[in-house]
Amino acid sequence: MSVGIVGYGAFIPRRRIKLEEIAKVWGADAPSYRRGLQLNEKSVPGADEDTVTMSVEATRNAFARSGGIEPAEIGALYIGSESHPYAVKPSGTIVAEAIGATPDIHIADFEFACKAGTESMFVAQSLVKAGEVKYAVGIGADTSQGAPGDALEYSAAAGAAAFIFGDDDERILAEVVETYSWTTDTPDFWRREYMHYPRHGSRFTGEPAYFRTTMSSAQGIMEMAGLEPRDFAHAIFHQPNGKFPMRVGKKLGFTQEQLETGWLSPWLGNTYSGASPIGLTAVLDIAKPGDLILLTSFGSGAGSDSFIFRVTDRIELVRDRAPGTRKQLDENQIYVDYGTYAKLRGKIRMGE
Amino acid sequence: MISPGRSWREFPQRYRLEAAKCETCGKIHYPPRVACSKCGGTTFENITLPREGKVVTFTIVRVPPAGFTEQTPLPIAIVELMDGVRIMVQIGDLADPSELEIGMPVRLEFRRISWDGEAGLIFYGHKAVKS
Ligand SMILES: [Zn+2]
Repeated sequence: MSVGIVGYGAFIPRRRIKLEEIAKVWGADAPSYRRGLQLNEKSVPGADEDTVTMSVEATRNAFARSGGIEPAEIGALYIGSESHPYAVKPSGTIVAEAIGATPDIHIADFEFACKAGTESMFVAQSLVKAGEVKYAVGIGADTSQGAPGDALEYSAAAGAAAFIFGDDDERILAEVVETYSWTTDTPDFWRREYMHYPRHGSRFTGEPAYFRTTMSSAQGIMEMAGLEPRDFAHAIFHQPNGKFPMRVGKKLGFTQEQLETGWLSPWLGNTYSGASPIGLTAVLDIAKPGDLILLTSFGSGAGSDSFIFRVTDRIELVRDRAPGTRKQLDENQIYVDYGTYAKLRGKIRMGE
Repeated sequence: MISPGRSWREFPQRYRLEAAKCETCGKIHYPPRVACSKCGGTTFENITLPREGKVVTFTIVRVPPAGFTEQTPLPIAIVELMDGVRIMVQIGDLADPSELEIGMPVRLEFRRISWDGEAGLIFYGHKAVKS
């Protein structure tokens, strides 16, 4: 018996802001940011979009690709995010109610900086594997914020990806071959209670945090599975900017071709808990039966979850039943200026 | 502002677009009602509305009530769904209100409809966006 993804979906808000528009306000040198971070633009949530609304739409897309799974058959639903709309009141309750999966369901919201999404996927697939539930949903979604003028403001973006896991062979579109996690106490990025914006350890976030953690996780899972980079059709890494995922992928021995389908950050920005999961949806949109896919997330603090998936024949039957990820990224964008962006993101203090 | 109790009772229609189809004459009511407005029937089948439709008519509210002020100007439309049912909804994701036109194809997406300031409840439901 194998466990795998039986439905997947993404949701990307339509609004975008260009890197130049942010740089202009802070007097920063746009071309050097563009080169340094390899970012062109990022998604911006509307005033009416948040982690819950994006999760509902991504999950509906996952159901559309599931070939008729009933919401009532979902035994667990987990959302990983660092931007849950309520500090107390689980996002998962609202999402489960909206998709019609209540009340026979186990719900939890997960947090672990940018890896909360893969964490929810990890637990969802584990419950199915243990035989506790028939189907489980794992979601990664964020509407993250950087402090005005901080480097994070050029990347912090919004988006969601949802995956339904199950063990019925005829529905599995990508089988879970292996999972692995690598975690240490590494203080590279944090946000204290009641603070609006996170803080980070600047240069410390690169080598000891992102690169060391991501590489250890990816190398660990490949060793467990007895596989090498050349065995994979695609590899997806966490994408805090455009540069890091390409650099870590190449350091591990992957080629540009293996990395570029899941590499969305130059146009999407960093969707935090949604980042590598949305990359996986873009890969599933074009993957071929038999393809091996490596997914490696990264969450500050710090840890990384890795998954190896093997795509099945079913992918070709179901992928067109919901809007593709690249299509959502490349079509119907609404470009906003910094003033609109500041209003939408609540960066302007309102009178009571 | 809507009370937690009232918003909770409206979750089926607001979250899942559940409507009441009269078992006597077939008229679909959204939101659901206690008695059919056409035949007075009181037994209904619970159905889910389709999420695709088109704009029949609209207005742009420039001085919205409390809870909606951050969404000014607020476009509101009557949308006819694929099954012929007409519903009143907010229109989302317009770069400019002038984009809104009669006959525009739309789909319903799950969105925040209003919220009670920074500390109160967030009310979710559906908005129509250009499809
Ligand atoms: Zn009737």
